[in-house]
Amino acid sequence: MKVTIDGIEIDVPKGTTILQAARMIGPEVAPPTMCYYSSLKTSGGYCRTCIVKVTQGSTANPTPMPKPVASCRTEVMDGMVVENTINKDVLEARKGVVEFLLMNHPLDCPICDQAGECHLQDLGYEHGAANTRYEFPRREFERIDIGKYVQLHMTRCIMCFRCVKVAEQLTDNRVHGVMHRGDAAEISTYIENVIENDFSGNVIDVCPVGALTDKTFRFKSRVWFTKPVDASCDCKKCSGKVRLWLKGADVLRVTARKDMWGEAEAFICNECRFERKNTADWKIEGPSPIHRSSVISQNHYTHLNELKVQVMKQQKALGFMDINKRP
Amino acid sequence: MQLTNRKVVVSNKVQSFAERLYLPAIAKGMIITASHLFKKSPTINYPEEKRPIAPVYRGLHVLKLDENGAERCTSCGMCAVACPAEAITMTSGERKKGEENLYREEKYAATYEINMLRCIFCGLCEEACPKEAIFLTDRLVDVEFERNDFIYGKDKLVEKVNERIDVTPRQTPEVLEFKKIPGLKHNELFDPKKLNKGHH
Repeated sequence: MKVTIDGIEIDVPKGTTILQAARMIGPEVAPPTMCYYSSLKTSGGYCRTCIVKVTQGSTANPTPMPKPVASCRTEVMDGMVVENTINKDVLEARKGVVEFLLMNHPLDCPICDQAGECHLQDLGYEHGAANTRYEFPRREFERIDIGKYVQLHMTRCIMCFRCVKVAEQLTDNRVHGVMHRGDAAEISTYIENVIENDFSGNVIDVCPVGALTDKTFRFKSRVWFTKPVDASCDCKKCSGKVRLWLKGADVLRVTARKDMWGEAEAFICNECRFERKNTADWKIEGPSPIHRSSVISQNHYTHLNELKVQVMKQQKALGFMDINKRP
Repeated sequence: MQLTNRKVVVSNKVQSFAERLYLPAIAKGMIITASHLFKKSPTINYPEEKRPIAPVYRGLHVLKLDENGAERCTSCGMCAVACPAEAITMTSGERKKGEENLYREEKYAATYEINMLRCIFCGLCEEACPKEAIFLTDRLVDVEFERNDFIYGKDKLVEKVNERIDVTPRQTPEVLEFKKIPGLKHNELFDPKKLNKGHH
């Protein structure tokens, strides 16, 4: 099936959603997502950040769709024409969605452990307005401990349902879910029941905001002061492919490896995530690829050798002495 | 390009006898020296006298307390990441129950250190701070004998409750205007009474 997204045509198999087709083209045209997670079934359709305009339904029926549609839940038709970044209405509508998402979201980024790798921060920065028009007090909740390792800050939750899907699809015996309805809805457990499962820690990785955080990492360091490296181990329960966040030689945190869409490449078990906090437990493969514009690559001089070569080239052109031969 | 009109063309011409005596030159020099006796001395007797400085002078840092005497800094690390000299380091602590009067928010700086030898007093930390905790003041860094003494910890940086440091001149009209925006409620103190009463 041929589909055109932002003027770029691509051939995709039947049953592909607009979002998946856009991701096949690349990050320039792919709409942002807050609730869709490619490895979790039935995820998506809650947050409306991925809305796009369909200006031509298909070759058979070229009428445009009347309203912006959620691209994660809309399958492509042959000859469909989609506008995302080139349509002003879409960007304006997305700005509205961001404002809605931020309405009850506290401005506690300085405290939040997710800051620096938070999808809502990125989304707000790219699509939101600097000010809020909302003048009423935001929802506030007490912190809830979900088991020994996970902490829930309900104030920060944007109701993306990803953690519920993880609990449903990755672990047996789901004990947490969404209670109440509408703006009173919240993620909760029955009488603060603990989640005890080998894969329950993955709710931290799928959470797009800082609602579910690692208690072993709580307030240890800001993410941009830690250095991510890819590492692996022979784990019987999971693939053992993880990302270590180091400060000096200390392993402050272990997470799954995230791909370019911020999604975990492979879910990891709780033992890898919470118990193995020692570099001796891991076989380190090398520094993780982090985008240059990310705050995490701030002050990490991974391209130092390249920089040195450039500086030397410039100095040679100016007739300076070789940097290595200086007394 | 001519920057001043005091340019003198140097020549190698042979001096005359009168010039070689140097008497006129010595007399000229003495006149200049003597004339300074009647001029106002430009010396400023520091520290009794101080030169006037600009209201936005960037000197020694202060970590401000809020109006209730609680530390404003939440150890968010924005100053450290903004610092071009990498002079700032910190570790965070979690506020315990009963410490609400000491720390404004649930996270606080357990240690906060600025290396005054690295610091270039650019003021970017002040600009980056989202909590209006760190400000540069008109004070100077003391002279020390040891390098270690230039690493200022919280004992030197946090202002004393009864010796507040006025930083109002540093808050430009634009900043003060920005603070008046009603939507910006994030500087409000946490009030447990408001819990779960937000909606309806």
